[in-house]
Amino acid sequence: MKGRTIAVVLNAGLVFLALITLTPVVWMVSASFMIPGEASTAPLHFFPAHPTLEHYQVLAERLHVGRYFLNSFIIASAVTLISLVFNSMAGFVFAKYQFPGRDKLFRFLLAGMIVPAQVTMLPLFLMLKSMGLINTYVGVIIPGLASIFGIFLIRQFAGSIPDSLIEAARIDGASEFKVYRSVVLPLCKPILLTLALFTFMGTWNDFMWPLIVMTDNANYTLPVAIANLKGEHLLDLELMMAGSVVTILPVLILFLAFQRHYVRGIMVGGVKE
Amino acid sequence: MIALVGVSCRQSSDSATTVKFWALGNEGELVRQLIPEFERTNPGIHVIVQQIPWTAAHEKLLTAVAGESTPDVCQIGNTWVPEFAVLNSLEPLDPFVRRSPDFRREDFFEGVLKMNVIDSTLYGIPWYVDTRVIYYRRDLLREAGYSEPPRTWEGVLKLCDVMQQNAKAKGIQQYPFFLPTNEWVPAIVLGMQSGGKFLKDNNTHGNFSGTQFRAAFELLAKFYHKEYSPSGMQLITNLYDSFSDGLIALYITGPWNIGEFSRRIPSRLQNEWMTAPLPSMDSISPGISLPLGTSLIVFRQSRRKEAAWKLVEFLTSREQSIAFYRITGNLPPRRSAWEDTSLARNKYIQAFYKQLQRVDPLPQIAEWEQVVIKLQLYVEYIATNTLSVDEALRKFDSEVDQMLEKRKWLAERNRKP
Amino acid sequence: MVGGKKQKTMSRRAGMRSYDNHTAAAWLFLAPSLTAIAIFFVIPVLSALVMSFTDFDIYAVGNLNVVRFMGFRNYTRIFETPLFWKALRNTFYFVLVGGPLSVAVSLGTALMVNSKLARFKPFYRTVYFLPVVTSLVAVAVVWRYLYHPAHGLLNLALSYFGVAPIDWLGNPDIAMPAIVVLAVWKNFGYNMLIFIAGLQNIPEDLYEAAHIDGAGGWRQFVDITIPMLAPTTVFVVMITIIGYFQLFAEPYIMTEGGPMNATMSVVLMMYEQGFRWWNMGFAAAIAFVLFAVILIFSILQLIIQRRLQQ
Repeated sequence: MKGRTIAVVLNAGLVFLALITLTPVVWMVSASFMIPGEASTAPLHFFPAHPTLEHYQVLAERLHVGRYFLNSFIIASAVTLISLVFNSMAGFVFAKYQFPGRDKLFRFLLAGMIVPAQVTMLPLFLMLKSMGLINTYVGVIIPGLASIFGIFLIRQFAGSIPDSLIEAARIDGASEFKVYRSVVLPLCKPILLTLALFTFMGTWNDFMWPLIVMTDNANYTLPVAIANLKGEHLLDLELMMAGSVVTILPVLILFLAFQRHYVRGIMVGGVKE
Repeated sequence: MIALVGVSCRQSSDSATTVKFWALGNEGELVRQLIPEFERTNPGIHVIVQQIPWTAAHEKLLTAVAGESTPDVCQIGNTWVPEFAVLNSLEPLDPFVRRSPDFRREDFFEGVLKMNVIDSTLYGIPWYVDTRVIYYRRDLLREAGYSEPPRTWEGVLKLCDVMQQNAKAKGIQQYPFFLPTNEWVPAIVLGMQSGGKFLKDNNTHGNFSGTQFRAAFELLAKFYHKEYSPSGMQLITNLYDSFSDGLIALYITGPWNIGEFSRRIPSRLQNEWMTAPLPSMDSISPGISLPLGTSLIVFRQSRRKEAAWKLVEFLTSREQSIAFYRITGNLPPRRSAWEDTSLARNKYIQAFYKQLQRVDPLPQIAEWEQVVIKLQLYVEYIATNTLSVDEALRKFDSEVDQMLEKRKWLAERNRKP
Repeated sequence: MVGGKKQKTMSRRAGMRSYDNHTAAAWLFLAPSLTAIAIFFVIPVLSALVMSFTDFDIYAVGNLNVVRFMGFRNYTRIFETPLFWKALRNTFYFVLVGGPLSVAVSLGTALMVNSKLARFKPFYRTVYFLPVVTSLVAVAVVWRYLYHPAHGLLNLALSYFGVAPIDWLGNPDIAMPAIVVLAVWKNFGYNMLIFIAGLQNIPEDLYEAAHIDGAGGWRQFVDITIPMLAPTTVFVVMITIIGYFQLFAEPYIMTEGGPMNATMSVVLMMYEQGFRWWNMGFAAAIAFVLFAVILIFSILQLIIQRRLQQ
């Protein structure tokens, strides 16, 4: 009986939290179907009085969403894939290798995480300019290649991999790369997926950097293109909401695709090869 | 997509000159409708328009200047001209203007054109103009016994008093004159009207605690202290609703709101809102207002200045500024354009025309934007009675002095041989 | 560049000592990320550090000859600026109140979602992660309504308990707590996901063994979950502290630092100085002062943590 009560309380809590998190998001979706002006009336309208698709039509017609979507996708995917490889290798090293200076180096990297990233923007821009990377995908991708956050995250998780597994692989004659590829990576799957999701999301939503690097409309990313719909003094709230919905969809789809791995990715007894 | 087409055009006709034009926000989208006509009348010039979002335009433009990756032509807010002039990034336009048969200085609104002149060099041509007037509810003013807003601020205070009494008698909540505490416009407008100079010593020190600006600030404070205006920003999340509900009856704003008021005020009230030029602090009506708007400039780095100028000349011509007004509702910078029926017929923009005859340029220093944004904080301080007017202005002046320190140093350095 | 050279010499040296090919492998694994960090992060940071000792500003972008070497004057000026102290106080408030709250909510939801008793787990995981995915600009609009003094849902709910209407974002004393609530709502799903990944890294057989030994749910939680989750918790606490010290987007979008600077944060102040007004030298100095503050705070935290563990 006691377990039953706990279950009821727990599930009720989950429902309550879900309501709190969902309400603003549902409103955002709902507002994207409202006629212009309706979303900004007080008191709040929760559902559109006369649902309309006009904002999505505007996005499709005025914005060439396809092109910007593709740009964003190329950039976010490239950053995610490359940085995942870079960071997981480095995180693995900091978790499982002993060599002189390791801890100092790691502390140095951690200190780097404390620097507000905004200060690097102008020097970085001037540097990429001198490398001729302005207005290129590479220029947008490059600063995201390695992230201290990612290295740190992987290190924390790779630490829980039993040393015996790694040693066993080495005794079997596996090269260091093979150990990384066949032992470490599969065991880190949940956290790799999490990091992939975060990296993709961060790059996908980034606004300032792609705007500054790209000097050609055709190269803009989705958030930049959507920001361009605004006037100096006016913003079409409902259109903006439609833009937001379109922007979050890919990340959401990615998240849903990863869902099943969150359920399964448990290391059972550490024997999973 | 359009830019892509541009690339292929350039490849097909090598002789064409390509002009890169950065325009802001949705205007960058709408201006494209005017480009085909330009390319038709100027064979050999091809225009690529790039849109820059308003929200980050300033950052984008400054980094572009720092990284020497500027376009040929650019739209900028006319209050930014001093900044880009300091950066030494703008091409002086006087030689081009002298050769242009279409450019007549007296056809432009004087105050707005002056915003583009720094140390007697012309750096930008006004593309569209923006000034601030009063939007008001005719029915609510009628109830108080007025057919239009009073010509003087003295009169406005009386009107607010009457409206407040009426509202109290009816038991409804009303703030007659909405003066947002997160806008610098009312404070600067009153300051200009009071006849004071905002800065002194060749624009190297703040002069806000001088007697004239103090009078302006005291007048502004009255609106908050007597609760003619709400002294916070949270109550009015939706201007149009508040205006329709009668929570507010008068409000100072710009031309873009003509379209918004026409769309967002319910139809039963559509005949009950109007625009009027600003009241004044002296006997001349209308009172002075702001000479805002955006200008088109040519970057010094451009290697196609002749073609760039052609585009500027085209877009700021009488015909094209009328065409642009029809697409966007943005007000033309040339008096002659206002004779066009599409403008003459619009009853709401007449107040803007009257107002544009009396606009004064703002101080032309690179730090001006920083100064007025900081001023908003001090408006909040006096609105909420956190500081007295005297204290607030003294503190503000010392902050302004700090902002202008480099300017002062440069001025002193240049004076030395 | 610096990093790349160092790695080469290091790996060569390691290669000569052939018994230690692990070290060589380690440097090879590190090479790509360290090179990228050295070039695209360390060098720009060092340039910013140099800038912080000058008055690099908009005049300097136009003409480099007018840059003045300032020594430590940017730094002393920061400490003489009342706004900085206010921003620092606000930032500390955000870290000390919002930080623990955020970690607690993340951990709590992760445990709940991961519990055997919970149903529809994928659904809740998705729903709780939604605020992280949504753009702040879009949800800010909704939150402004929730916080509206006259029509807001929050005040409506409170009125049932007889609480008088509160001007959430307009009252300087309440604006910061309002920002904290928004930030926790927006971000808890992020850390929740890291916690969930951490929970799933705990081998299931540990629980089975404990179960056989007759340990109940609570004992299992204390003896297995808490210690096994420690690396994750350390990570989450650290990135939360660092991230919350760099508070920027929420006040930038919701309040622009107002009312009367009540929600001004150090990074927001730095951003305004640097990118709005282009006082790059001064802004860089603010960044490094904040760096020092976070560093001292983290070290103190580590010391206290060690004391407590002993």
